[in-house]
Amino acid sequence: MKPAADSAPRRGAEIVDKAQHPLREMVVMFLANRAAMVASIVLSIVVLAAIFGPMLHPVDPFEMVWAPFTPPGQEGFVLGTDYLGRDMLAALLNGGRVSLTIGLVAALMSVFIGISFGALAGFYRGLVEEVLMRITEFFQVLPTLLFSMVIVALFGASLEVVTIAIGVVSWTAVARITRAEFLRIRELEYVTASRAAGASNVTLMTRVILPNALPPIIVQAALMVGSAILFEAGLAFLGLSDPNVVSWGQIIGSNRPYILDAGFTVTIPGLAIFVTVLSISLIGDGLNDALNPKLRAR
Amino acid sequence: MTNSPSTAPLLDVRNLSVQFTTRGGTVTVLDDISFTLERGERISFVGESGCGKSMTALALMGLLPAMGRVSGGQVLFKGEDLTTASPARLRRLRGNEISMIFQEPMTSLNPVFTIGQQISEVLRLHRGVDNAEARDRSVELLQAVRIPDAAARVDDYPHQLSGGQRQRVMIAIALACEPEILIADEPTTALDVTVQAEIFALLRDLGAKLDTAIILITHDMGAVAQMSERMLVMYAGRRVEEGQVANVIKAPAHPYTRGLIACVPHITSDVDALVDTLPEIDGIVPPITRFGRDECLFAPRCAKAADECWSAKPQQSDIAGHSSHSVSCWHPFGTEGSR
Repeated sequence: MKPAADSAPRRGAEIVDKAQHPLREMVVMFLANRAAMVASIVLSIVVLAAIFGPMLHPVDPFEMVWAPFTPPGQEGFVLGTDYLGRDMLAALLNGGRVSLTIGLVAALMSVFIGISFGALAGFYRGLVEEVLMRITEFFQVLPTLLFSMVIVALFGASLEVVTIAIGVVSWTAVARITRAEFLRIRELEYVTASRAAGASNVTLMTRVILPNALPPIIVQAALMVGSAILFEAGLAFLGLSDPNVVSWGQIIGSNRPYILDAGFTVTIPGLAIFVTVLSISLIGDGLNDALNPKLRAR
Repeated sequence: MTNSPSTAPLLDVRNLSVQFTTRGGTVTVLDDISFTLERGERISFVGESGCGKSMTALALMGLLPAMGRVSGGQVLFKGEDLTTASPARLRRLRGNEISMIFQEPMTSLNPVFTIGQQISEVLRLHRGVDNAEARDRSVELLQAVRIPDAAARVDDYPHQLSGGQRQRVMIAIALACEPEILIADEPTTALDVTVQAEIFALLRDLGAKLDTAIILITHDMGAVAQMSERMLVMYAGRRVEEGQVANVIKAPAHPYTRGLIACVPHITSDVDALVDTLPEIDGIVPPITRFGRDECLFAPRCAKAADECWSAKPQQSDIAGHSSHSVSCWHPFGTEGSR
């Protein structure tokens, strides 16, 4: 039995405790994950290149500047030229902007829709849950690529429509995770205690349950950025993305017929997608470890 | 203990009944519960697990689970019937005029906010104070619940505190708005014995200081004796006995109360002495589906059970010689001179 551990101030333990602030502990866990650290550095380079690259290399990616299929490194073209003689480096940098933006915005959108559906379903249960989860299941069983193709075909292939199409088909996983977390947390005693202290339903959902439900949602959101980039690439490859902007998938799609003659035109954007999505996945993995209390060294 | 016989009691629960709608049909979880509570008074609800003690508390707060509803009776708080009050009205009362603390201090605090933020939250909600004021008041409250070095600990997260300290924080939250009634639902069950005594002392002192009435829910007879003036024994959703703690413990009238008291072990000075087997009440609380039947629900476990116990619900009767000591039993002790 610990004698009077309650009232006696535990000086030593207190210092250790202070060091283990939840957020700091999380950062430490993340930094300890080498793969996630490398991935963070790689992703930072990709993001910086997408933001500042077009300024440092101010070439219009649609302008024909040289002979088609100039191999990388020749004639001053670091990454060569494509089938119309356009600068591949300019296309890659500008395409990075588009792909990353679409990935981020689509992921944010699906997180927003997913949290709204999952939170309401998990909190209110009953009829609300039935209806919302049936809607979620409806979206879940739709073939996602086909559905987004239909949306793009109906509303036109603009950047906004493509982003919305991706967001609309990929929120179901977030909804299910959020609902599961809400179902678990709503039964915990601190929720009852908050209710007994006079908190309203909105307060309970947004200020009590949601902050505790966030860790798995954050991980899922990180992974979703990667899958949204892939999704956009798929749509662009099929020629269903905005023809007026360059994206990585669109570069692959437009150079597809020449894959045997000039493989680099397809390989380079493909590698860009691969490296970016892999980095995001590894970061998501690192976040998962850092946010999962079971893996934390106690 | 303050008596104000001229005015209506602070809390007047009249014939409160609660039903649960389950897949198997409707069950009566609370059956005709009545009691009153005066300002600053302390009362204990005693009984085994599943007897409806906590459900009574939740019904008072308007926090019944979704499948439950008040099927009859009234909960009059300062003359206002809470069973018909609007959800918004109940939210304003909760944490403000009627507060509650729970059994598990380890899980009753939100792990992602500091304890200061959690105390401030209730102050902002009910008192509309600004952040700086709420923080100052939080420190004061932590001092009031005797947390050492309160000014520093206000920024601690719940996982940095011990169980007893967390229960103190829960008490600070519950008393932040100086409520009229504090419901303590087995507040010390999860704590060390030494800490239990400190928590009870704290509750008593603060209750007296704020003139807050305390409803203690427990199955610990020692806690009852330490904490309350009156006690109400519950069995299977019914009130079986009520009276002054001293009277009930000295002369329990209901066989169930008698059994509960007999179950408390006594510490003897001679540790080598042969200790008799601890008495227990045979049997278990009847399944919830039997609650509310027109019979004595304790009859299956009662040595005195006779025909009438099986055929009709015993009515409440006063016990001669004891003020406000009443029992619901066909064959109460005391009346025929036992003990």
